[in-house]
Amino acid sequence: MIAPATLGLLLFTLGPMLISLYLSFTDYDVVSKPNFVGLANYHYLLMADPSFWVSVKVTAMYAVGSVPLGLFAALMVAMLLNLDIPFKGAFRTLYYLPTLLPATVSGVLWAWIFQPTDGLLNRMLAQVGVTGPSWTQSPSWALPALVIMSIWSYGGSMVIFLAGLQESPKALNEAAALDGANAWHRFRIVTWPALTPVVFFNLIMGLIGAMKAFDQAFSFGQSNGAGIGGPARATLFYVLNLYTKAFEHFHMGLASAMAWILFAIIGLITFLNFRLSKRWVYDEAAS
Amino acid sequence: MRSKYIVALVITLVGLVVCLTPLVWMVSTSLKPFDDLLKGGLEIVPSRPRPANYSEALSNFDFLRSFWNSSLVAILTVLGTLASSIPAAYAFARLKARGASLVFTGLLATMMLPGQITIIPVFKLFASLGMIDTYAPLVLPAWLGTNAFGIFLLRQFFKTLPEETMEAARLDGAHEGLILWKIAVPLAKPAVVTVAVFAFLGSWNDLWGPLVYLHRQELMTLPVALVDFVGGAATVQGTPWNLVMAAAVVTVLPSIIIFALCQKSFVAGIANTGMK
Repeated sequence: MIAPATLGLLLFTLGPMLISLYLSFTDYDVVSKPNFVGLANYHYLLMADPSFWVSVKVTAMYAVGSVPLGLFAALMVAMLLNLDIPFKGAFRTLYYLPTLLPATVSGVLWAWIFQPTDGLLNRMLAQVGVTGPSWTQSPSWALPALVIMSIWSYGGSMVIFLAGLQESPKALNEAAALDGANAWHRFRIVTWPALTPVVFFNLIMGLIGAMKAFDQAFSFGQSNGAGIGGPARATLFYVLNLYTKAFEHFHMGLASAMAWILFAIIGLITFLNFRLSKRWVYDEAAS
Repeated sequence: MRSKYIVALVITLVGLVVCLTPLVWMVSTSLKPFDDLLKGGLEIVPSRPRPANYSEALSNFDFLRSFWNSSLVAILTVLGTLASSIPAAYAFARLKARGASLVFTGLLATMMLPGQITIIPVFKLFASLGMIDTYAPLVLPAWLGTNAFGIFLLRQFFKTLPEETMEAARLDGAHEGLILWKIAVPLAKPAVVTVAVFAFLGSWNDLWGPLVYLHRQELMTLPVALVDFVGGAATVQGTPWNLVMAAAVVTVLPSIIIFALCQKSFVAGIANTGMK
């Protein structure tokens, strides 16, 4: 019964992984045979490529901005939806609705919202007398626009936070309330420790997602007329750069090297997170 | 106590308005005539509604064909995901096959793996099989159990099923296949529906796959068609955002309908898998 899954694992994951590791040491354009070049691709990316570090920086800034903001928004919404209020079910459904929009559609929709003169956001700012920046056209505001947009996809983490909150120890919470702890103290002492494993899970998933961001950046760039990674490479995400190298310029060896560097970065960050997690993630079994 | 509830309700409502504003603006824009887009102001309910945007968006850019293409790919993907994930998940949960836990660990590890690592060799594989500009690269992997998340979710659910039920059936002479499809799957309906919905959304929303594997316009699925549309639709007056938003609404509508229909099972499926 696991034969198809095993075949799939070999055919679409393990086999291709080994091949792509090999390809990362070659010069390869799909049509002709791969030509072994040793570490030349890695050397070129790290030392000479004019776009590699640009895309690393864009992606890092995006991750640093979008992950904490997204987690904060998701946690706030989850805590609201965990309260005992009327129409709880309906609220949960409605709050989840934006999550059903694929990143591609979000990119298009927000490109419209962020239009410098006709966009909704700058219109709203104009109502209160503020002249908004020219988001989609501005090299310094295009990435912040994508960060703001990313907050909107809080839904996935929100569901997981909500599940975590529902398992949070009610009796302990009530006992703390009887002892006179205020809402903030109860959150700090009861809710938050029980929630840290969920926060950790969402943090890891959010970071990996941010580092792999592609769809929203691709469609956002196409929608605002600035093209892939525009304006002025301000939204040239890592995977966008990789995609261009592989499927527009057919530098497959170079793109494979980029993929392995990404894998290494994701592995390293995840590893560091696990190491650091011992300091703040509550472990029920250990205490 | 009473006033506390009211405060909570008000905050929830205000938050909801903020969260839904982009969606409302999308629908509102999709119903406005082009001239009204540039008027400025914050008109939410279009004063001169123009439903013709939808028929224009659908016909101008062959959106109907893309809609059909997306449906075909999504249906084949969902069927493949269920056909391959259910037996695999059941085996991982119940049978003590040798090496199974190794394969399962490998599968879980693939969830961490950036797809970009494997894309080039897999692209080459499908190219050498002559499958570029076919739907095989988009659909085939689903039939080979590559949906690690789905297998994981189903396995968690199968594990919670009482062993006695299966054992009773086994004593009555039912073979494992029968037990799986006639007993375990019906009991695991919420998880099965959840996996199906996720597989549908994953396929319906996929941009990367069609971008890499499809080049012919008539094969394109909705996300690519939408991006092409918005990239190419600009005229001297600017991008016809009303048509673009109409196309965007059409792109998300099936997901919303399917979510609404499956919501009950979906919620139970997520809640019961021990995914904290």
